[in-house]
Amino acid sequence: MKRLLLIFFIGVLSCKNDASKVVNDFSTTASKEAVVLDPQSKIDLKVYDYDGLEPLINKTDNKVHVVNFWATWCAPCIKELPYFEEVNQKYKDKNVEVLLVSLDFPRQYDSKLKPFIEKNDIQSEVVALDDTDMNRWVALVNENWTGAIPATIIYNNKKRQFYERSFTQKELETELEQFIN
Amino acid sequence: MKTLKLFAVLVVAVMVSAFTIKADGGGYKIGDIATDFNLENIDGKMVSLSDYKDAKGFIVIFTCNTCPYAVAYEDRIEALNKKYAKKGYPVIGIMPNDTDIKPGDNMESMQARAKAKGFTFPYLMDKGQEIYPKYGATKTPHVYVLEKTKKGNVVKYIGAIDDNYKDAKDVKIKYVENAVDALLKGNSIEVDQTRAIGCSIKTKS
Repeated sequence: MKRLLLIFFIGVLSCKNDASKVVNDFSTTASKEAVVLDPQSKIDLKVYDYDGLEPLINKTDNKVHVVNFWATWCAPCIKELPYFEEVNQKYKDKNVEVLLVSLDFPRQYDSKLKPFIEKNDIQSEVVALDDTDMNRWVALVNENWTGAIPATIIYNNKKRQFYERSFTQKELETELEQFIN
Repeated sequence: MKTLKLFAVLVVAVMVSAFTIKADGGGYKIGDIATDFNLENIDGKMVSLSDYKDAKGFIVIFTCNTCPYAVAYEDRIEALNKKYAKKGYPVIGIMPNDTDIKPGDNMESMQARAKAKGFTFPYLMDKGQEIYPKYGATKTPHVYVLEKTKKGNVVKYIGAIDDNYKDAKDVKIKYVENAVDALLKGNSIEVDQTRAIGCSIKTKS
């Protein structure tokens, strides 16, 4: 029994190591670059209030849409962002579209968000949501959302699923597969 | 065979619904009795709600050093304590994150932040992370206004501090102040639940 416990413990430890490696995939040191950032950033960031965003997260085309709410300061968001990027690449020809909705503070669009997008060469579409009346729009995004990020919506024109949680690559793909015929 | 299939479907349905209920049914609802606690403050002393003999209630705020939303609200949290502690509703700050994951929220950092910002409210560490799940807090900042009654501390308001995280000057509705003012006057609370974006509470799992 003791040995079994030990094996289990080692197993847990090694899992953790794997996880910590993944954390390093995307760097959050964008702020360092921010100082020397060219103010004429090539990134054309579209900023919406909720009413502007609403049609973008309720499309009625034939695609499967993956919408992720994140921010550069949100560590678990940054950890899972590469999985969304991977999904965006891998399922492109399966009619899947990823939209990353940043909740970064407007004063950090130029100093943090745009440098982060550039540095990590984000391929999925990124938009920013700037709407202070959170009590209104959080419930409109999904009535079960308490407001914690990361949060994700996967939908097509038949069904829609909301997730207030973090994903591993495998978990994200498993969820997505349910929407792909 | 058909009944067996039906039974299997039923079992799965029950299991799924059980999980769903567990997922979003955790924590307190308005009217529930909130648990007391005994948590370490930044001055090394242990703090419980029962220590506050003269309080009429509490403004319990799950908050931390490292979340930008929590930081944006620091001055407003301190202002709430200044205004309402003397009226019988002190602010009790609780830091719920696992400090192995967020070292910036460890006790030394909490002490430094409280000193720098001049916090006059207790800033407690939810060591072991046993209290925040009982309340059902999912993020920082996350507010619970409690009213002290003979039955215990009744949850009267859950949610955000106000309706503008960006700038205190642009706030139109002060949710927490309105709730506490209503309690002080013996009125019912008009808006007793609100939502806001916050940083998920950090755990190891």
